[in-house]
Amino acid sequence: MARKTTAQVLRENKDSGKGSLVGYFPAGYPSVEASIEAAVAMCENGVDVLELGVPYSDPVMDGPVIQAATLTALEQGFKLKQIFDVVRGVTERVDTPVLVMTYWNPVLQYGVDRFAADLAAAGGAGLITPDLIPDEANLWLTASDAHNLDRVFLAAPTSTETRFETAAKLSRGFVYAVSTMGITGARAELDALAQKVVGGVRKADPAQLTCVGIGISTAEQVAEVNGYADGAIVGSAFVKAYAEGGIEALKAEVQALASNLAR
Amino acid sequence: MTTNLRSQSGPYFGDFGGRYVPESLIAALDQLEATYKAAKADPTFAMELAELHRTYTGRPSIITEAKRFAASTGTDVRIFLKREDLNHTGSHKINNVLGQALLTKRMGKTRIIAETGAGQHGVASATAAALFGLECTVYMGEVDTERQALNVARMRLLGAEVIPVKTGSRTLKDAINEALRDWVANVDNTHYLLGTVAGPHPFPEMVRDFHSVIGIEARQQMLDEYGFLPTALAACVGGGSNAIGLFHAFLDDQDVAIYGFEAAGDGLDTPRHAATLTYGRPGVLHGARSYMLQDEDGQTMESHSISAGLDYPGVGPEHAWLKDLGRANYWGISDKEAMDAMLQLSRTEGIIPAIETSHALAGALKLAKELPAGSSILVNLSGRGDKDMETAGKYFGFIADTNAAPAGGSH
Ligand SMILES: Cc1ncc(COP(=O)(O)O)c(C=O)c1O
Repeated sequence: MARKTTAQVLRENKDSGKGSLVGYFPAGYPSVEASIEAAVAMCENGVDVLELGVPYSDPVMDGPVIQAATLTALEQGFKLKQIFDVVRGVTERVDTPVLVMTYWNPVLQYGVDRFAADLAAAGGAGLITPDLIPDEANLWLTASDAHNLDRVFLAAPTSTETRFETAAKLSRGFVYAVSTMGITGARAELDALAQKVVGGVRKADPAQLTCVGIGISTAEQVAEVNGYADGAIVGSAFVKAYAEGGIEALKAEVQALASNLAR
Repeated sequence: MTTNLRSQSGPYFGDFGGRYVPESLIAALDQLEATYKAAKADPTFAMELAELHRTYTGRPSIITEAKRFAASTGTDVRIFLKREDLNHTGSHKINNVLGQALLTKRMGKTRIIAETGAGQHGVASATAAALFGLECTVYMGEVDTERQALNVARMRLLGAEVIPVKTGSRTLKDAINEALRDWVANVDNTHYLLGTVAGPHPFPEMVRDFHSVIGIEARQQMLDEYGFLPTALAACVGGGSNAIGLFHAFLDDQDVAIYGFEAAGDGLDTPRHAATLTYGRPGVLHGARSYMLQDEDGQTMESHSISAGLDYPGVGPEHAWLKDLGRANYWGISDKEAMDAMLQLSRTEGIIPAIETSHALAGALKLAKELPAGSSILVNLSGRGDKDMETAGKYFGFIADTNAAPAGGSH
């Protein structure tokens, strides 16, 4: 099939000097169908890699904007298996690689290998696992290899050299560089820490890709991050735009945030 | 069965435990683990903590035989109470808090954060913060700030900031989520003083060690004062800290049976309970793999208990391990059974227990009827009931309940 892998997309954009925008949206928010529409719109308006969030009862890495959205999805009755409907709904319509961002317990309860198989069958590219560190990830390493899926581990400003090495070695797709010590949500200024994390990953493995997330909310920040990393990850700003102005506002926000990237 | 259960340390207890947390917290957990290991190897740390317990906590806590309470079972089973309610601040929670406060100092951190359900851990944390000159923020579910209003006032009087948590079920589980978020953002100057034996490694092992003084003292006291070890141990289980504190010294005493009592809320035949080990399944919550209450999608389910301190859908990984090994038994106790036992102990012994603790007492009453004649039960009297007077007063109709209906639980 023609669909490119996450790494291919990021690398092509990098090599041609374009930079990449990774966009997050919660599956099931405000409904399963509407989240598919929103995600497709993001892909059609400038998002290079899509990140679909699985609504979860205890999202400790998420700030208030994303918490509110995922809670809405759960209150609407979102069921875990619907994540595959959303992934399929998006991948049927656009070529963008679709990663799923999920806390670990839902995957564990579904069955790690079964989750991987169903995700691959739906056309999903892989998983971002915010509360699964490589040290605890044996089941996932095996399943992601078996089903040829991306696995995005996190690297933080406080990670040691050894941990940068592990994250770089075991991640596939890219390493998620946490730009700041904190949870998701827009920040006025990006920490210099982001550069440090990207540097840590680069030093550990110059061939590995790394995207910066947490706190990015402006076109300037997206461009700035792409100056030293392989992509900028934006979540809360998109969810907020959608919450306030629906799909048109979301499209406008995606276009605006992608506007400083050469196209 | 393994005969060396006492030597088990983290990060894993069988299939349970581990560190299921964001990468951003790993450095802090590593630092805590290293600091704790160094402190354990340093005799001055043990001396400092022992001295604090002697001159501040009021340790050793005594053992009281509850003769009239035991007689009410109509059996000859003797019931002994390990009086953690007599500790400064009124519960076992201070044992762990003083240990972690000393570690906070050693790490050079200036601020502690804590979650609290019943408010006892929050009060103990606020107390230690005052004693050691640390800043203190306590996260408490909004529901719990209402049913434990007295403890909110105590924490604020002690100089702590209390933040009511309005997300999710607005109880202990959500207070832990907020504390974790705060910790991720402020980890350079802040220690998360977790109040039970749950959470990522090294918390389950470290908090257990700080509470193991309960069982170490009690075992020796039983031998010294009565000349025998109890037939059975009884403790209530929320996250499991007071229970493991009592159990640990006895784990390798094969003749001592171990019972933990969970909150069965409205009853185990209803969905409104907090009986994690009885009705939960293994899963990952708050950084560790253990039993938890969850739906088929792995979404955490809301727990229900009249007792804020037991109203938690998770439990420490060492309990999960002891359950699967068959070394410890876990039973559910309903709100009603617990409240009956609270009244019973108050009126037979003149000791008002916390509602959490009352679950252990109700369990002991049940157990007494099943044990052979001549048995004895050692109950961990984990806390005193002053904080629960509003709930109990309304439940028993001693004071007017403006919201009608008994039970006093806020949901
Ligand atoms: C008096 C008392 N006992 C028991 C508990 C339950 O906690 P754990 O299971 O960690 O001992 C609490 C918690 O707030 C408490 O205040």
